[in-house]
Amino acid sequence: MTKPIAVDDATFDQQVLKSKTPVLVDFWAPWCRPCIMAAPVLEELAGEYAGKITFAKLDVDQNAKTAASYNIMAIPNLIIFKDGKPVSQIVGYKPKAELKRDLDAILG
Amino acid sequence: MANEYEVIIIGGGPAGLSAGLYTSRARLKSLLIEMGPPGGQITDAELVENYPGFPQGISGLELGQLIHQQATRYGLETLQAEATGLELQGEKRVVITTKGKFTAKAVIIASGSERQKLGIAGEEGLTGKGVSYCATCDGPFFKEGTVAVVGGGDVAITEALHLAKFASRVKVIHRRNELRATRILEERAQAEPKIEFLWDTKVEGIEGKDRVKRLNLSNAKSGEKSTLDVVGVFVAIGFKPNTDYLKGFLPLDKAGFIITNERMETKIPGVFAAGDVRLNSAQQAITAAGDGATAAVFVAKFLSG
Repeated sequence: MTKPIAVDDATFDQQVLKSKTPVLVDFWAPWCRPCIMAAPVLEELAGEYAGKITFAKLDVDQNAKTAASYNIMAIPNLIIFKDGKPVSQIVGYKPKAELKRDLDAILG
Repeated sequence: MANEYEVIIIGGGPAGLSAGLYTSRARLKSLLIEMGPPGGQITDAELVENYPGFPQGISGLELGQLIHQQATRYGLETLQAEATGLELQGEKRVVITTKGKFTAKAVIIASGSERQKLGIAGEEGLTGKGVSYCATCDGPFFKEGTVAVVGGGDVAITEALHLAKFASRVKVIHRRNELRATRILEERAQAEPKIEFLWDTKVEGIEGKDRVKRLNLSNAKSGEKSTLDVVGVFVAIGFKPNTDYLKGFLPLDKAGFIITNERMETKIPGVFAAGDVRLNSAQQAITAAGDGATAAVFVAKFLSG
């Protein structure tokens, strides 16, 4: 089963911005309880959308540079990147059905 | 029938999980429907110091997980879905959800509450850009500058104390001249040099383009206007019950809370309510758990006729 990949300040450009498929980046931190609870939902979705959307996670505590460049001030914070640009952002814990709606909208 | 139960519980916080613990141990075929993460709102709390049995306190996340673990040990089924309506069909109560319809002889509503919003200019547009409803999640992003907490209850003061670990200054903005918070929390806040109080003050607007810059304030007594430069604002002014899906089915009070008697019965036979969703609930994890147990005991009596 496809699982979310961990990205960091060093790999963000290559793995997210230069990716040919859209990438959903989960900006999270170990102190954030809703992030921890959202993780299993994102793992399920990573499997369901395998090949269509790449799922990635970035620890904002360890990678402040990337987090700051996207103005992250609240987590969980999901940003979907397409062709190197953020096209959609979801702030806060959302149930799976709602996330799927957003993902499907992006895939068109 | 796969979708038929004796009891359906709506909500997976301390109230719903405790109800499920009791109904499943009573060997009633029970389904618990939870919309969000298991454990409910208590999981947002960094440290819960007032739930008996944990003398050193326990993290809200861990408490939620423990209650969930205990509740599901005895055959309680759980489903992650959102309840969107409730109706009567003869003797059956039908719960309509995003994953289909489920019927039961009795229903316990424990769908809890969520943070009340201020409902002022700038709030919605700047949510996630400095406006927050969860200090344990977002507090560490505000390491420099002044942050504001709006409210005067336990949640507001707990959040102010948490934010004081990161921010240079924390201003607690309260529309009255005294706090509602538990005295021990107030004492801790008074002793924290980074925390300052702005009494009799209302927040009328939040300004900022890409991020929060400034609050527009007014004095509740004199009406005098002022501004306060902040990098973040944490809203903790109370809770709004999650009962929109019950409108037209159950009588609710003006704010949307469910009216029950001491057996947790609503006006509709076989429909019970427990926890924060009830009018005059103490809004504590421990009282919610108690409500859930009470509701379950009287559900069992109701079902045995």
